[in-house]
Amino acid sequence: MPRTLAEKILLRASGAESVQAGDIVIAKVDLAMMHDSGGPRRVAPYLQRLGAKVWDPDKVVVVTDHYVPAVDPESAAILKLTREWVRDNAISQFHDMQGICHVVLQEFGHLQPGMLVVGGDSHSPSGGAVGSFMVGVGATEMAGVLVTGEIWLRVPETIRVEWQGKLGQAVAAKDIMLFLCRQLGQNNDYRVVEYAGSAVDHMTMADRFVLCNMSAELGAKTGIVAPDQLTLDTIRAAGGSVAPDALQWRSDADARFERALTFDASQLAPQVAAPHSPANSDAVSELPGVRIDQAYIGACTGAKLEDLHAAAAVLGGRKVAPHVRLLIAPASARTTRLAAADGTLAKLTEAGAILLPTGCGACAGYGAGVLAEHEVCISSTARNFKGRMGHKASEVYLASPYTVAASAVVGRVADPRVFLN
Amino acid sequence: MDVLRGRAWVFGDNIDTDLLAPGHAMRKPLEELAKHTLEAIAPQFASNVKRGDFLVAGDGFGIGSSREQAAQALLHLGVAAVLAKSPARIFYRNALNLGLPVLRFADAREVRDGDDLELDLARSVVVNHSRGTTYPVEPIPPFLMDMVRDGGLIPHLHRRLDGTK
Ligand code: SF4
Repeated sequence: MPRTLAEKILLRASGAESVQAGDIVIAKVDLAMMHDSGGPRRVAPYLQRLGAKVWDPDKVVVVTDHYVPAVDPESAAILKLTREWVRDNAISQFHDMQGICHVVLQEFGHLQPGMLVVGGDSHSPSGGAVGSFMVGVGATEMAGVLVTGEIWLRVPETIRVEWQGKLGQAVAAKDIMLFLCRQLGQNNDYRVVEYAGSAVDHMTMADRFVLCNMSAELGAKTGIVAPDQLTLDTIRAAGGSVAPDALQWRSDADARFERALTFDASQLAPQVAAPHSPANSDAVSELPGVRIDQAYIGACTGAKLEDLHAAAAVLGGRKVAPHVRLLIAPASARTTRLAAADGTLAKLTEAGAILLPTGCGACAGYGAGVLAEHEVCISSTARNFKGRMGHKASEVYLASPYTVAASAVVGRVADPRVFLN
Repeated sequence: MDVLRGRAWVFGDNIDTDLLAPGHAMRKPLEELAKHTLEAIAPQFASNVKRGDFLVAGDGFGIGSSREQAAQALLHLGVAAVLAKSPARIFYRNALNLGLPVLRFADAREVRDGDDLELDLARSVVVNHSRGTTYPVEPIPPFLMDMVRDGGLIPHLHRRLDGTK
């Protein structure tokens, strides 16, 4: 029977004889990831109540990113508790202040094609970039996984989205996702979105990451891209191991998709999502040049090395508008290191950017760079829900790092293409 | 817990987790956090909601973050159940894991703020006493309902682990 990639992974992880979309299976978890906000501080009391231990400490990865660096006694206490829990539970895979969890997971080669991974965070679909099936869960569910090593899942239908052709200059995966949020809406519950097509084949791993990451904004269970040689090379370069048959993890040619959509990448213009929803998006040319107070390049979605390169391509030799503050919080320590070594940070700071610590920062409104009442920000993050980045009467526009950088220079929401031609 | 009766608080589509559990209050204890639930769109909600009330909403209820405080704050404030046209996946799981019933409710738009509702979990119906109508709701799958009846995943596991000892 032909199967989708999602069905194949859940078939393996559940040990069932056959699975198809709609079935509920109990599956064995290959890896569980949690961070400082939803992790130890929330699961520890549950484990204590159950008098239970972590089923397999080697299958757990803990990352601190939401509350780093601590800004008050409460966040400091959360981080302290996280570090102590990791020590007391003999968790060897602990990345303390090394970057945002989804980015760190791939930088350290923890993920492989075909794995079933649960993450204590809603952007867990990011793991699909390397062909893992990774879903987000809350803290109680995570406690259940930590005790049993298992989770129940409904086998999802697949929406297959193909992007053919070549993306234009200064157009990125972020623009694809803002466009798809408008096209598909935010309520694709219990579906997996599988990305394919020649545009995806030619994408960097960082751009594939954005596709899967923002599948969360489609309301999908997860997103996934079938692995190719680039995937395997990237995992190996990160120090991870790859099974000899890793390329088998792809949908069968005659697999049944709930929907199959094809788009022409060359026709896509830079997109901007207006407040307060990622689905509230349109081509940048359709938005009157809204005046901004802040431009933010940050988050797992929008501050990886490739994202900083995109911003630098626009900002090199230019200056941020006098009334704008451009804040950049690199997605990982490795990103900062590499961007310093290749001259990217110098380009950004010479243009007037302010460098913030690595971490989730203002993305979830927990860290530095939050907004005051009526302030307007353009941001490379994934969500612009009301009040998420600060005051409930602040406004956030979402865009690619190219568009955020161009807007920082102009002082208004601006089309980046004029800067690169 | 099979028959619940209370007042309806009606909300629209895509009520997200930042509205339910605002980021600025996330490091605070639950009692503090819950005071800010839905403050950006319904400032009186947290102080006026009564134990046993229902939250009725449209599509995408609970979209966004995996923070389970979004469901926990509602439980803390006494919300008896969420009746939504389509609940978001992680919110749905979180709520059931914490023992808060969430049901898919196609007729959510028929209910007006303040309506007197009765939810019959065994019969999978909502009776609207204010309007004299009865609507069907999609039942919670039995294996999940067992967990909700136990009070959520942790007490449920507790029973399971005890049973195997
Ligand atoms: S950077 Fe933002 S979207 Fe990414 S994990 Fe952190 S809070 Fe979530």
